[in-house]
Amino acid sequence: MTYTTAIFYFFSAILVFAGLRVITARNPVYAALYLVLAFFTAAGLWMLLEAEFLAIVLVLVYVGAVMVLFLFVVMMLDINLDRLREGFWKYLPLAGLVSVLLMIEMALILGGRYFGLEVMGTPSPQPADYSNTRALGRLLYTDYVYAFELAAVILLVAIVAAIALALRRRKDSKFIDPAEQVKVKRDERLRIVKMAPVKREEWGARGEESKP
Amino acid sequence: MSLQSFAPALPEIFVLAMVSLILVVDAALDDSKRHVTYALSLATLAGAAFLTLRDLSSAPSVVLNGLFIDDPLSDVLKLFVYLSTAAVMVYARAYLKARNLYRGEFFVLALFALLGMMVMVSASHFLSLYLGLELLSLSLYAMVALQRDSAVATEAAMKYFVLGALASGMLLYGMSMVYGVTGSLALGEIAQLLADGTDLRLPLVFGLVFVVAGLAFKLGAVPFHMWVPDVYHGAPTAMTVFIGSAPKIAAFGFVVRILGQGLESQVAEWRDMLVVLAVLSMAIGNIAAIAQSNIKRMFAYSTISHMGFMLLGILAGTQSGYGSAMFYVLVYALMSLGGFGMILLLSRAGFEADRLDDFRGLNRRSPWLAFVMLLLMFSMAGIPPTVGFYAKLSVLQAVIELGYVWLAVVAVLLSLIGAFYYLRVVKLMYFDTPHDTQPVAAGADARILVSANGLAILALGILPQPLMALCAHAIGASL
Repeated sequence: MTYTTAIFYFFSAILVFAGLRVITARNPVYAALYLVLAFFTAAGLWMLLEAEFLAIVLVLVYVGAVMVLFLFVVMMLDINLDRLREGFWKYLPLAGLVSVLLMIEMALILGGRYFGLEVMGTPSPQPADYSNTRALGRLLYTDYVYAFELAAVILLVAIVAAIALALRRRKDSKFIDPAEQVKVKRDERLRIVKMAPVKREEWGARGEESKP
Repeated sequence: MSLQSFAPALPEIFVLAMVSLILVVDAALDDSKRHVTYALSLATLAGAAFLTLRDLSSAPSVVLNGLFIDDPLSDVLKLFVYLSTAAVMVYARAYLKARNLYRGEFFVLALFALLGMMVMVSASHFLSLYLGLELLSLSLYAMVALQRDSAVATEAAMKYFVLGALASGMLLYGMSMVYGVTGSLALGEIAQLLADGTDLRLPLVFGLVFVVAGLAFKLGAVPFHMWVPDVYHGAPTAMTVFIGSAPKIAAFGFVVRILGQGLESQVAEWRDMLVVLAVLSMAIGNIAAIAQSNIKRMFAYSTISHMGFMLLGILAGTQSGYGSAMFYVLVYALMSLGGFGMILLLSRAGFEADRLDDFRGLNRRSPWLAFVMLLLMFSMAGIPPTVGFYAKLSVLQAVIELGYVWLAVVAVLLSLIGAFYYLRVVKLMYFDTPHDTQPVAAGADARILVSANGLAILALGILPQPLMALCAHAIGASL
């Protein structure tokens, strides 16, 4: 076993363990942290595959940005764990059986026979001055520019949908609209009421009447 | 890559530019000026139709590095997608207004979904196929959830989203297997590589199973149909009419591109899978529809059975089979538009005409609308002289040419069962007394459209030949 193979198995073991803990951890914060571990380990595996740029992006974007946001959300939401896990043990035997069978069946068909090194051949290492950032950039902005633009449109739809679904102007909430304040006219604030003059004696008499 | 190579994608570019424009314009509009958004959306559709018609292609041309294909099939499908989207907008206007949903988001999301459908029908690469599908699906999820204060709509959106994501996962996994076997994502290359035969048969079929399962999920074929009734029922009817019409046309294009173009050489493998899906869909769809008292749910089950019928055409795997399936799906979109359009027409503020009982005695309230509905129901059931008859006939012909006579017999028997619940609607309209005595409060635009829709079904039933020839030509020149 070479050094890289040892590293591969080491990372893979951690990845599988972290992946399992993501779905079994009781506390969602722990689950999110295990997901961070899983991403980090996967980044290591990509590094082994000489996909340095993707590995770094995975750490920066997923671990650095997405998961931090995720942790915030998990901590802010008040999730009732017991209710969430109500059916877990009830469905576990059946779901476990189905997934184990599925896994065995897939392993029987796929295995190493078809996509293993004997069939596909060992990939040759890239020269030292090879930059896969440059290669990726060139592919994205030339050959796959159509797909790239489409992905951008999908993100735009996500923004529109999120705003349409989440932005609500509640009628009962009290807020100040500065534009309205600036545009206000005198008539809207001040009302001059004309009253007929009243004599003092009459005022006094009225006051007497109103006394109980 | 020169600027010239973008020319075939001009309709897509135009639609995207217009959606961006509408997005900006709409943000500055008052609620009272929403008709500007409406007019701009219809103008977008007209413009896209003009651009598509301007250079109709006679032979397939693959551009944008193999991701985009412009052929007669995509042109015809796109034109019908524009048409149904425009019809949806006209039908839905009054309904949306009455429910405080007449907002820019509806039109923007519908146009984004339209863009996704256009990408789907003219994709020649797994990447663009998948991205188009996601663009369509994401817009549809949001549209279903747009009515925020309705718990049913939110639940429907949730189910749609979760199951849709699952289906996408299956599809992607299957695609990855095909990629592993062939080493290519471009449909043309995959077809060439597989035509020579491959020694990796097992993983290829393995991937094919996942691809077919993903496609069946998106089509709503049994046993992947559970989301269809809930989504059709839960979504506001204006969204249901959209989900039930144009995306079906795009889904047909999607299936034909993957199975008919990319994996054509594996027809013996996927035919058996489609036979099972088709028979189950026709059986469960038609039988479960009988038990429904909600007409939206009934139409949902009827969709399932119609998708089963359409699969009959595709599973033939021949030019005439694809042509008949295309004819079927175009006719189905037309009937679905009319059926849901009628529900929209009869609904008014605070009242949904979505129960079968709401159609009781429609003849006394409005004889003309009842007659149009009669045409629609006859066509869905496949009774001549409406076009639904020819749609079913051409699909059955393709199956019989293949030598699957038993399949045709089963299909006919199951559509006989289906005729029961369509004719029940006719009976309710003509022979029962109305519960709801209020006059139908629909605008002139929707009335004219639904009349045109019903008459088109009759006219196409008398003269089905031009549309059939168009479908046959589109398929013949493209595949």
